[in-house]
Amino acid sequence: MIIEGKQKIWADYQKDIPDDHYFYVRSCIRQAFWPGSEVTFLDITRNKLGKDFYENPYHTTCGGIAYHSDTIPQETAMTIIARQFALMKESGYENYVCSCITSFGCYTETLETWHEYPELEAKIRQYLWDSCKKEFAKPKYLAHASDIIYKFRFEIAKQMKFPLVNAKTGKPLKVVEHIGCHYSKMFPSKGFGGAEYPHVLVGMIEAWGGEVVDYPERRQCCGFGFRQYFVQANRGYSESNTHKKFESMEPYEPDLIITNCPGCPYFLDRWQYVIAEQTGKTYGKNGYGIPALTYEEVAGLVMGYDPWDLGLQMHQVAIEPLLEKMGIPYDPKKKYQGLNGKDLGQPMCPSCIKSV
Amino acid sequence: MKENILIIGGGAAGMEAATQLKKLGLTPIIIEKSEALGGHIAQWDRLFPAFHPAKDVVAPMLDGVKGIDVRLNTEVADIQRDADGFKAALSNGETINAKAVVLATGFDLFKAERKQEYGYGIYNNVITSLELEKFFRTGKDERINNPQKIGFVHCVGARDVKVGNTYCSKVCCTTALKQACEMKEVFPNAEVYTFYMDLRMFGPGYEDLYLKTQKDFDVKCIRGRVCEVSEDMDGRLVIKAEDTLFGKPLKMTLDLLVLMCSMEKNKSIDKIQQQLGIANNSDGFMQNRDMYLGLNGTAKDGVFVAGTCTAPKSLPDTIAEARSVAVEVFNYINNK
Repeated sequence: MIIEGKQKIWADYQKDIPDDHYFYVRSCIRQAFWPGSEVTFLDITRNKLGKDFYENPYHTTCGGIAYHSDTIPQETAMTIIARQFALMKESGYENYVCSCITSFGCYTETLETWHEYPELEAKIRQYLWDSCKKEFAKPKYLAHASDIIYKFRFEIAKQMKFPLVNAKTGKPLKVVEHIGCHYSKMFPSKGFGGAEYPHVLVGMIEAWGGEVVDYPERRQCCGFGFRQYFVQANRGYSESNTHKKFESMEPYEPDLIITNCPGCPYFLDRWQYVIAEQTGKTYGKNGYGIPALTYEEVAGLVMGYDPWDLGLQMHQVAIEPLLEKMGIPYDPKKKYQGLNGKDLGQPMCPSCIKSV
Repeated sequence: MKENILIIGGGAAGMEAATQLKKLGLTPIIIEKSEALGGHIAQWDRLFPAFHPAKDVVAPMLDGVKGIDVRLNTEVADIQRDADGFKAALSNGETINAKAVVLATGFDLFKAERKQEYGYGIYNNVITSLELEKFFRTGKDERINNPQKIGFVHCVGARDVKVGNTYCSKVCCTTALKQACEMKEVFPNAEVYTFYMDLRMFGPGYEDLYLKTQKDFDVKCIRGRVCEVSEDMDGRLVIKAEDTLFGKPLKMTLDLLVLMCSMEKNKSIDKIQQQLGIANNSDGFMQNRDMYLGLNGTAKDGVFVAGTCTAPKSLPDTIAEARSVAVEVFNYINNK
């Protein structure tokens, strides 16, 4: 591996990100999958970094899941997106930041399509007025939320309490980075580092003390692939994708997987249980899996957030071995307590993959 | 006749054009930006289709230009048309007057790192066809360490909308098969694969080379493009491709991957080209006057072209064009 080659590409694929004042839109599935991630993102950016992030309560899905599942036409998806942009303008913002990778892909695709086909933009402008009576607007700047954390990764590092380092050995944790397909595979210039060697998560890992694992199936999709999973008969494709990735990364003995997409951590997490159930094989040490976390969860961990406030109990793969490696204190009794301290009940735990 | 003819470029086209112009009684002056004549071909070891040593072709060409005014390490910094023809200011401070200009500026090799998915400049064992040729000449390249599985990727930077080059680079198919055979000669136990879109064996003896590659050298030709290259823990290359004849994706681990880089227009001449008023064609190379009867002419009086500055060409085609441009220039001077 010639690191200078990657560094040259990383230098070629940079983009400016405004320093402040962002309009934030959530993902429609992340809050169910990883409820702590977006909350943590907003807490870090607003309260730890002092940035202005505004959420308009009337914002909705971007329509991306329906669009990529071929259940709504592109014009419908674009009109939904135009409404989101109109809300941004009404709220007095021009820097649009989305939580979801697929949304980022849809917004990028829409803006590029409007640029190439102004007649389509005019059509959507009319649809927006007819359906919502809203004034059409476009963001001055579009970013994915992971771009923001990337931009401020060194500021986060300054506030870091638990770096991505094995507290007992002092060695960097080996971290797999997995980029959502819709981040830069469609429009390489829109992502930090481009499509082949994205830097957005690599930059975070390195800034926070970890060691990046580059393995042969790094670029492979996590297995979500929308229709691979939504069409029940196709789910074997989804699982086999994930299986292929784990077989490829296994020899490197990664401590952690970090992702920037709603679906990727879900599939990389949950399929580990299914693979263990089907084959008896687990990919972590001593019968555990490999934790697959969102970048906000990892940022929260290194900054010293309580693991259970981050929602890490929502992961199928047990997080405790990672916490112990990093030397992060945690109270096992609070794992299944709600924020109000109420016991939510422990879920059934499979025997094929260690849970605690 | 002692009229000066300015030849920009000292590769195969420039040398051969100069040799012929001298024989026709004109006074060619070769301006070559590098430190030696010979161009790309001088960096080659052997030539397709018959594995002819490149130096055996280059040497007579060098003999041909003996006595001809050659300026090495020199570029044309500025060129203007005047009443007598052209006035060229050279990078060494000299000024040359010439009756006609022959652009024999050749090509640039496509920069393999632009095809990021192939990992050139990132993975140690991904090399270019030019680097392999240097290995054949010198026997030295630390990346080539008794490879047992070798792949060749055709059309790197050619017939590729993504990089903006939709044209065929013409010589890469045959070069790949030649180099594949040569690798089998050097490493007889190696498995050698080539990944191609079409094999364009257009010249005399080329199809024979294709058959020989498979029958005598047991090279496996796979119709399909490589889509991705990565590196495993041992530093070996893991490639993904599609075998379109079997209709199946494939994954393979290799010790060495050779990228057959295409020809691109030599951009270092852009300023002079612009000053002379010569446009580019749709492939980005220089536009000649006519693709049938005006191969060596341009839209501008007194400006001629030869060789790969107008399109990818084989060496025999380049030499033929260099000879024909000499006749064109001779007729132009005589009819003035």
